[in-house]
Amino acid sequence: MSASPPLDGGSLAALTDAFLATHTPGSMDDLEFLRARFDAGLAVVSQPAGLGGLGASAELQEQVDLAFANAGSPDNRSAYNIIGLGMAAPTLLRFGTSAQQQRWLRPLWTGENIWCQLFSEPGAGSDLASVATSAVRTEAGWVINGQKVWTSLAHEASFALLLARTDPDAPKHRGMSYFVVDMFSPGVDVRPLRQVTGETEFNEVFLTDVLVPEENRLDEVGNGWKVATGTLMNERMALGAATPPREGGPIGSLTDLWRTRPDLRRPALHDRVLRLWVQAESLRLMAARLRQQQLAGQPGPEGSGAKLAYAQLAQETSSLELDLLGDEGLRYDDWTARRPEIGDLGDRTAGFRYLRAKGNSIEGGTSEVMRNIIAERVLGLPPGPRPDRDTPWKELPR
Amino acid sequence: MTVEQIPSLLYSPIEDDLRSSVRSVLADHASWQSVLALTESVATVDQTLWRVLADEVGVTGLAIAEEHGGAGASWRETAVVLEELGRAVAPVPFLGSSVFSTALLLGLRVDDLLESVASGTRVAAVVVSAAQQVPRAHRSAILVGDSASAHVPGVLDALTADILLIPTAAGDIVAVEASDPGVRITPVVSLDMTRQLADIRVDGASARLLGRGTAASSALSTAWTITAALLASEQLGVAEWCLEAGVGYLKERRQFGQLIGSYQALQHRCADLWVEIAQARAVARYAAACAAEGSGDLEIAAALAQSVCSEVAVSAAEICVQLHGGIGFTWEFPAHLYLKRAKSAALVLGAADGHRARLGGLIDLTPADAPGSAHPAEEPS
Repeated sequence: MSASPPLDGGSLAALTDAFLATHTPGSMDDLEFLRARFDAGLAVVSQPAGLGGLGASAELQEQVDLAFANAGSPDNRSAYNIIGLGMAAPTLLRFGTSAQQQRWLRPLWTGENIWCQLFSEPGAGSDLASVATSAVRTEAGWVINGQKVWTSLAHEASFALLLARTDPDAPKHRGMSYFVVDMFSPGVDVRPLRQVTGETEFNEVFLTDVLVPEENRLDEVGNGWKVATGTLMNERMALGAATPPREGGPIGSLTDLWRTRPDLRRPALHDRVLRLWVQAESLRLMAARLRQQQLAGQPGPEGSGAKLAYAQLAQETSSLELDLLGDEGLRYDDWTARRPEIGDLGDRTAGFRYLRAKGNSIEGGTSEVMRNIIAERVLGLPPGPRPDRDTPWKELPR
Repeated sequence: MTVEQIPSLLYSPIEDDLRSSVRSVLADHASWQSVLALTESVATVDQTLWRVLADEVGVTGLAIAEEHGGAGASWRETAVVLEELGRAVAPVPFLGSSVFSTALLLGLRVDDLLESVASGTRVAAVVVSAAQQVPRAHRSAILVGDSASAHVPGVLDALTADILLIPTAAGDIVAVEASDPGVRITPVVSLDMTRQLADIRVDGASARLLGRGTAASSALSTAWTITAALLASEQLGVAEWCLEAGVGYLKERRQFGQLIGSYQALQHRCADLWVEIAQARAVARYAAACAAEGSGDLEIAAALAQSVCSEVAVSAAEICVQLHGGIGFTWEFPAHLYLKRAKSAALVLGAADGHRARLGGLIDLTPADAPGSAHPAEEPS
């Protein structure tokens, strides 16, 4: 630990300028530029020196990103690597060894390696701690067998975060370990999973005798649940960097439609449109308040509430849009089984948004699980009966 | 629509201190038992508490500059006081006098009255029916020479008023001393006896003209909007108390051999309410900040805050009664005080549907048959 004071915005701006003076985007290879930015500590400034950062305050990231964007810096495929940047990197920083961090963080940040997450299983959704995918220790390393599901980006990913059972005799929370899997290993079979929209946004991943070397294990054997909980914390904390403008998000499509198509307006729908506008705006202000709390160093528990409210809003808004459209709402744009483009939601029809929004209350923790979390962890209500908690995993009914 | 800068929606350290002071005074003077007892007495307003709030804590003129007898703070701090008053369903004329009347006197620039109202030495009430959807004079309110008459039912916080601020049908605003022989203030048996309404009869009382024409109507409209914006904070306080009381009970009540708080049916109602209150807090803070800054977004913020907080407070109070089961339905438990305050406050200054309709006009989401919105239908492309 160095004793020097943390960097302020001014010295960080100077470092950024100095870097950009010697590295010109466009005049050098994009990947080399990104690697150099990482090595200069200007990738994620809050990360430690040597690992893409300078140990600076996270609040200073925005100004650095802005300076690089203004200089025409190449993109590190951040939209594609949301799981890598948002979940894998914080997990590696918190639980990885120095060697693991050195090995994975740089190609993760530069976008050379896309990451995915092998957590959910057909039999382990809300009850993630009941995962059945096994990891058995051999002389060559860990041998993995099982089936994972709802894996975004598995077809693009080089690496995966894996939660697997290493001790079936222990109670379920205590018998798991956490690994990093090379997605190009023999025995990894990625199959597209078609969803209600017709698209194949997610995958099933079948793991058959996949060998994972010992050095790919994160934290101690048996500590998998602790690490996975840390990973998921990042998922639920992941809020956008800035507050969207008023009527940003799903409400915008509905209000545009109401304003531009008076022929579609029906008296009984007016107050419903207004109710959704009110819901959207109060959710936007709640998210803004949450960000203000985080910046002030007093993070509130409203994040789980925001997820819950957002899912409900997205569902009701697209549903009302279809009601409003009438005849046009009966048409759908495309049922082709295809991989979605990242961020193309706005170009799709209300019917697509209606169907896609059904996933919002299921993915990343169902709304019911979010309510359980709020009830138990925020309001401090007594947990419901949990007969599975202290039973050896292998004896649980499945 | 422009991307506006969102003001701070947090509580400042000064606001936290203010909250503690008000809360501790309310703990001493406004226990629910004493509030309940007062609702069944002849004088339902707690004059002692009012004096303490005015003289010792000094919260009656927070938004008023010190040279006008106030504390030189803003509507933001006033909103924090309202949260605490809501939490205690405190029977004091704060909303009517320290918010509505004060904002009106501020808008009309009546310094002498403002000074006495801001310091809390005198209580003022705006003589309009409490639940009307728009800030409008009662049709019976007239000024002839320097003599006013008005028969206005259901006026807010007028029971202990010293000064009546009367908007007249002709668009003037006049002040009448409540002690004038032509004034009769009759208590109304109200749904919410912690904020009992009064019927006002003014027959040829001596009146002082405070403002007329557009100056008067714009002052009334702004005062009404500020009051709507700040009422949201009182409703937030009501809702917070109700959730805390309900959750507290779920942690101690056992049925079927276990704490009833372990049942998901009850947990999920509380969780949903908690999320709604988190949103109510954000919109109430936003409305208070807009009022404090005189923001161009104030009208939208006030209509938004009323649309949200009216419904959240009622919902919280209803859930609170239900979570308490039988005990929640008895006179001897305070949940009914909060239910009555929440439902009444939702009607005061117009119900949520009215605020949404108003909002629709402000954000260009006009009704299906509105004449102004008849753009020619476009062919779908």
